[in-house]
Amino acid sequence: MNLLVILPILIPLTAGALSLLGRHSQRVQAALAVIGSVALVASAVALLLATWEHGHIVTELGRWPAPFGIVLVSDLLAAIMILLSAVTGAATAFYSLGSISIAHRKGGYFPLMHLLLAGVNGAFLTGDIFNLYVWFEVMLVASFSLLILGGERAQMEGAVKYVTLNLVSSALFLSAIGLLYGLVGTLNMADIAVKLGEVDSGMTTVIAMLFMVAFGIKAAAFPFFFWLPASYHTPQVAVSALFAGLLTKVGVYALFRVFTLIFDMDDPLIHQVLLWGAGLTMITGVLGAAAQFEFRRILSFHIVSQIGYMMMGLALASVSVLALAGGIFYIIHHIIVKANLFFVSGLVYRLRGSYELKQLGGLYRDKPWLALLFLIPALSLAGMPPLSGFFGKFIVIRGGVEAGAWALVAAALVVGLLTLYSMTKIWAEVFWKAAPEHTASAPSGSNTLLYATVTGLALITVAIGLGAQPVLVLAQAAAEQLLDPTRYITAVLGEAP
Amino acid sequence: MTRERRIPPPDRNALRTQSLILRTTGFFLLPLLLLFALFLLLRGHNAPGGGFIAGLVASAAIAVHLFAMSEAGARRVLRVDPRDLFAWGLILALVAGVLGLFSGQPFLTAHWLTVSLPVFGELKLGSPLLFDLGVFLVVVGTASTIIINLAEQDT
Repeated sequence: MNLLVILPILIPLTAGALSLLGRHSQRVQAALAVIGSVALVASAVALLLATWEHGHIVTELGRWPAPFGIVLVSDLLAAIMILLSAVTGAATAFYSLGSISIAHRKGGYFPLMHLLLAGVNGAFLTGDIFNLYVWFEVMLVASFSLLILGGERAQMEGAVKYVTLNLVSSALFLSAIGLLYGLVGTLNMADIAVKLGEVDSGMTTVIAMLFMVAFGIKAAAFPFFFWLPASYHTPQVAVSALFAGLLTKVGVYALFRVFTLIFDMDDPLIHQVLLWGAGLTMITGVLGAAAQFEFRRILSFHIVSQIGYMMMGLALASVSVLALAGGIFYIIHHIIVKANLFFVSGLVYRLRGSYELKQLGGLYRDKPWLALLFLIPALSLAGMPPLSGFFGKFIVIRGGVEAGAWALVAAALVVGLLTLYSMTKIWAEVFWKAAPEHTASAPSGSNTLLYATVTGLALITVAIGLGAQPVLVLAQAAAEQLLDPTRYITAVLGEAP
Repeated sequence: MTRERRIPPPDRNALRTQSLILRTTGFFLLPLLLLFALFLLLRGHNAPGGGFIAGLVASAAIAVHLFAMSEAGARRVLRVDPRDLFAWGLILALVAGVLGLFSGQPFLTAHWLTVSLPVFGELKLGSPLLFDLGVFLVVVGTASTIIINLAEQDT
């Protein structure tokens, strides 16, 4: 048990350290990327199975007992997130082997990739609020470096916005932790949940709002999303895909964790802010995407709009379990689909040498399979049955109907339609219309690994769509766990509070 | 191999090495700071100190040497690429943590080994020291990588 919980952090850290030592040998780095990511997927599957069987799995690091030491806690949500991060990590590793240039590898690409995964997994597993901050920083340091790897002008410009906004977010997060510690005198999340119930102070709401803003920035929620479309289209496409799949979702995960475990969702202010945040995030994201004509920028704005659906699930959690389950389902669907769409954009770039829709075209005639591989995640993102996105949207909206949040339901439906518009735009411009006469020169090289990665993720999307029932059962079990914090608290602190 | 132990002459390629005062102080500070870092590292388990702060002091020693002499000189003092220090430090710290897992206990659980030595008496060696050593190497590796790279960019 102890081993299972620590492995998702230990494997990428070890792979990263070894990869750094073996930085002079491309073969060693490639082998470590493959072994590390496959081992991570295996450990994540084992962790999810064990968590499904036993409920919460807790390990007290250094054998320091719970409220004093740092604990790692795996509940169903954490285990699901770990599996998603492992799958995205593996896909990125394989895709990178086929697409990252030697110069970037020498800049330390693979060690940073492993380090990023370690940070993400640590954030999912930790049961200590300050430790969560530390894992956020590990993740951010790795992501800063990955973002500017190569050092092109556009990358620097994107990175400045990314770094500034994320530092503001970290500062707010840290201040909130400080205030919270001043109020309850503990950092263990389960212990905070217990002690905060006993304090009656207006400060609680202030702290809750600080957390909301800090995590909102990380999750790219309205109105703090602008750093994301400004930076995600600048780095190597494998990096974009990894970021798009995982990073904002760590912010969403933190929102899910903190606002189900620590803060009371019945507080009308928190409830209202989350509702409005969800709706506005959805709408601004999708409208932003409609105005874009660069492949990766369109996809970036859609990340923002999709975050809204997840927040909607959380916002309605106190009224409808189904909505929260829908939010979790949506995260599962979204991470796979979004990473895949970025991978497809990278393939298009490899074939045509551009991300600008104007300079692309005619790919349906040349590469019908690639067109199909684009259609699967694209239609899934737009919510076409029977793909995974349809069920994600359906469950969230059904939850909204149950909760009677009609305005939000209407927004979600309209945004779904506009998403379809964006995806159709990409389809028409990149695949359907005739190729323009002047095409940019495309980089050469074998694309087998890239196709394999994209196909693998597309198959997962289809599988989630066809096997929606078991995934929903899993999401519902995770949601029920989240809505009953006493189980988490008992698992960590040992006795009933 | 014999090495001359005297204050080195100024490096003609680097402007900042022209100060005799800095070169002289740097020459004496390097061993003192490194010794102090070692002291902090070993003392850290029971008193204020530890791998992190020791690593910072050691990096300060490297930095002083760099400013007093040259980037190449700083690299020579380290003897290995600072990035290797980082990687080895991470591995040491992980090994120290994994020791606990072998006996079915949580990650990072401390393990102690008592060694009897003729002069010192009983010496308690533990995995926390190994962990601290790992942290020390990571900090020295990171800080020196940054400092040396910045200095080399500058020239």
